[in-house]
Amino acid sequence: MASGAKGARGTLYRGREGMWSWVAQRVTGVLVFFFLFAHVLDTALVRVSPHTYDQVIGTYKNPVVNLLEVGLVGAIMFHAFNGLRLIAVDFWSKGPKYQRQLLWAVVGLWAVLMLGFLEPMMQHTFHEWFGW
Amino acid sequence: MSTATVQDKVATSASGRAGIEMMTITVRVKRFNPELDSAPRWVDYQVEADPTARILDSLHKIKWEQDGSLTFRRSCAHGVCGSDAMRINGKNRLACKALVKDLNPNKPITVEPIQGLPVLKDLVVDMEPFFQAYRDVKPFLIAHGNEPTRERVQSQTDRDRFDDTTKCILCAACTTSCPVFWTDGQYFGPAAIVNAHRFIFDSRDDAADERLEILNDREGVWRCRTTFNCTEACPRGIQITQAIAEVKRALITRRVI
Repeated sequence: MASGAKGARGTLYRGREGMWSWVAQRVTGVLVFFFLFAHVLDTALVRVSPHTYDQVIGTYKNPVVNLLEVGLVGAIMFHAFNGLRLIAVDFWSKGPKYQRQLLWAVVGLWAVLMLGFLEPMMQHTFHEWFGW
Repeated sequence: MSTATVQDKVATSASGRAGIEMMTITVRVKRFNPELDSAPRWVDYQVEADPTARILDSLHKIKWEQDGSLTFRRSCAHGVCGSDAMRINGKNRLACKALVKDLNPNKPITVEPIQGLPVLKDLVVDMEPFFQAYRDVKPFLIAHGNEPTRERVQSQTDRDRFDDTTKCILCAACTTSCPVFWTDGQYFGPAAIVNAHRFIFDSRDDAADERLEILNDREGVWRCRTTFNCTEACPRGIQITQAIAEVKRALITRRVI
């Protein structure tokens, strides 16, 4: 017989790769936007004085900001490659058919490039944490 | 062979009730009675179900044997009329095409109204905004010039060009699976675009430009973010995102091919 179940909120829609890549595209887009915001502000400091600019940029040289930078590169790369995928979906006649394969190509390319990026990008942090 | 087993089960249930392995499933329905409730609530029902039967059968069982106030739409019950689109286990499907065994019956099966249209009662939503968008794209043949004395002849190739989009049954599973439509009810939605596509690419029709202009609106095809939810949800297997992309390309190139 009927019995009350908790919470009247709806379920999360069970979309597949297409929906989640759209969510990721939105999230990475917002991340890149906020980076650009900070980036415009710190670059504008050159107009105040090159010394202040150097000082502010100097504060970025720590592991926490380094991790943020890695995240930024990841966000930009995903946003860029998935953007190309979306263009293919709209303008290549076979794009919609192969959208899933295109997404895995995007993710694969992203992973390979990220792995290559990690070493040169995190040299300073690795040195500070592990003495490498 | 798994297919053989399924067919065996169907054969037994058709030949007589004795052979069927019935199971008890929990159907969790999101209910809302505008006269009593201030907000929707989830209600659990225990139902005896044949794993090879459809979730619509379980809803019928609930309505006929447990709670006659449960409200939902259905008509043909065979996936043709498009009345019983609902969100089952988080995905838009037709209740008459969703089999119990495909829905992980060991856990409660959630059933809720399709999202983005106003809920009238339980699983019944107000379809009027959906049909308004459908009417807005002029889903009928518009032909100028002399009326032919016989039928309007069309080659097989020309007919095949829009074959996929003729299959729509207007169940709204696609439109209400679209994240853009959930947040922006003004968006024409996949179903309206599919039905515009059906005439835009019909060689007998003369109003392609007119329809393309309607869909060039800021709430038209450009709202599509290619999440493919519509294509996944369509019970007729229409390649909806593909059809929308074709309309986008026709708008840019101003060529209907």
